[in-house]
Amino acid sequence: MESLLDPFQYLFFQKGMLVATIAGALCGVVGVYVVLRGMSYIGHGLSHAIFGGAAASSIISFNYFIGAGLWGLVSALMIGKVTRRKVIGSDAAIGVITTASFALGLALFATFGSARKSVDAVLFGSILGVSSTDIWALVGMSSFTAAVLVLNYRPLLFATFDPDVAAVSGVNTARVDALLMLVLAGSILVTMKIIGVLLIAALLVIPASIARLLTNSFARMLSYSGVIGALTGATGMYLSYHLNVSAGASIVLVGAVVFVVAFGATTMKRQVVVVG
Amino acid sequence: MSVALVAMHRVSCAYGRDRALEDVSMVVEPGDFIGIVGPSGCGKTTLLRSILGTMQPCDGQVVRRERLKIGYVPQVETVDWQFPVTVREVVSMAKPTSRWSPWSTREERSTVDALLERLGVGGLAHRHIRELSGGQQQRVFIARALLRAPELLVLDEPTSGVDVRTRHEMLHLLAELNEPGLAVLVTTHDLNGLAAHLPHLMCLNRRVIAAGAPRMVLNPRVLEATFGAPMAVLEHAGMPLVVDDYTHFNDQLFRTKEA
Repeated sequence: MESLLDPFQYLFFQKGMLVATIAGALCGVVGVYVVLRGMSYIGHGLSHAIFGGAAASSIISFNYFIGAGLWGLVSALMIGKVTRRKVIGSDAAIGVITTASFALGLALFATFGSARKSVDAVLFGSILGVSSTDIWALVGMSSFTAAVLVLNYRPLLFATFDPDVAAVSGVNTARVDALLMLVLAGSILVTMKIIGVLLIAALLVIPASIARLLTNSFARMLSYSGVIGALTGATGMYLSYHLNVSAGASIVLVGAVVFVVAFGATTMKRQVVVVG
Repeated sequence: MSVALVAMHRVSCAYGRDRALEDVSMVVEPGDFIGIVGPSGCGKTTLLRSILGTMQPCDGQVVRRERLKIGYVPQVETVDWQFPVTVREVVSMAKPTSRWSPWSTREERSTVDALLERLGVGGLAHRHIRELSGGQQQRVFIARALLRAPELLVLDEPTSGVDVRTRHEMLHLLAELNEPGLAVLVTTHDLNGLAAHLPHLMCLNRRVIAAGAPRMVLNPRVLEATFGAPMAVLEHAGMPLVVDDYTHFNDQLFRTKEA
């Protein structure tokens, strides 16, 4: 029993548990819109795009959150604009914008090797090295996201489900889309240092996908996804201590296991219903 | 004299260089019940989009009455049936709200319930939209369009892919909604099941071929110009009944066989 509670005696672990839980819930909720809008690739690409901003901010010793945040927002708006046009495939356009930004980040880190933030920390995350500023940024972004999603619940749902009819029915879909991109970019920004660029897309997609398997209601999917994100974040963080693997990988693997279980259970349930 | 809800003056719309609509003029007034008929790709949806304001004409002008409220029911083929949304959520999403809370008030819930009941889909509020029949799904989307108390209801192919009974029910429902003065504009390529029963038709094939009462416009000359194939018009129970005219084809076939 003592060994189970062992990690909680360390302050770094307590902080890690807190950020993993909040980041899981935040990405879980935002991920619902990402998954239902078929934007999983945008979430993945955006984290790579923000990497370029993180590198540039680090090189010129500019505030990480402001520099990478602005970079991410511009990338998100560009991606949003590109996805509305259908001249070339949106996936190809996203690939161009985000991989170019990612490549720029790598080039900047390679050229100015004395940069304070290492490439590894940004790529794979360092949940145990989070500062108080990082925690406050995460809490602030989570509060902002909650406010945006609550105040714009119906327009966001309408524009996600049926954008054409929403526009005709008086919903300012351009504003709603921009707001969602802002929330997505901000969420990636504050969780990127925790889970890392390479795994953040999983944090956005897995809880929402599990929640989708469990319910046919949008409101319930939102709440389930937030709770699943928080629980997998906390469980993954806890297991990472005992299994001695990186927190980011552990969180994503816990999410993947839950997804497999949920998928198996819902498939079996459906078969039972069909046979019965 | 009533003020027109929508007036189109010599409107042309294009996708790139391809003109989907050419020189179309029409007026929709309060209480109108208009059917727009034509083959696939004739510009029906483009016409609706220009009326709804989601497509700007490249020529001409669309004038909508100030603060006009339009309810729009899209083609069911455009709906994502895998989306996790219940019947109540579909209808409620159209409710404009100034409240901060995302949850519906008791009053809003009872408004939605009453609307669903009126449209014959009461008791299905908690069901997922995919679990409903085609006719029930159409009614749910009509309920969503009606929630904003529109003055004009626009429906894109509401009887596409539904059975005969559902088509009859849909026709009765639209007539019932039109009765108190709601203007209804509906596109269809279903000539006998829907169009022939409407008070006013517009035959479209990029241009307006003809407009007027079904008895006036459903004739072989107009139908051939609209659909690009010969059609005959019979009369059944005092109503025009359009049938494919294979006379020419049969003559040719028999001549070939005899030769």
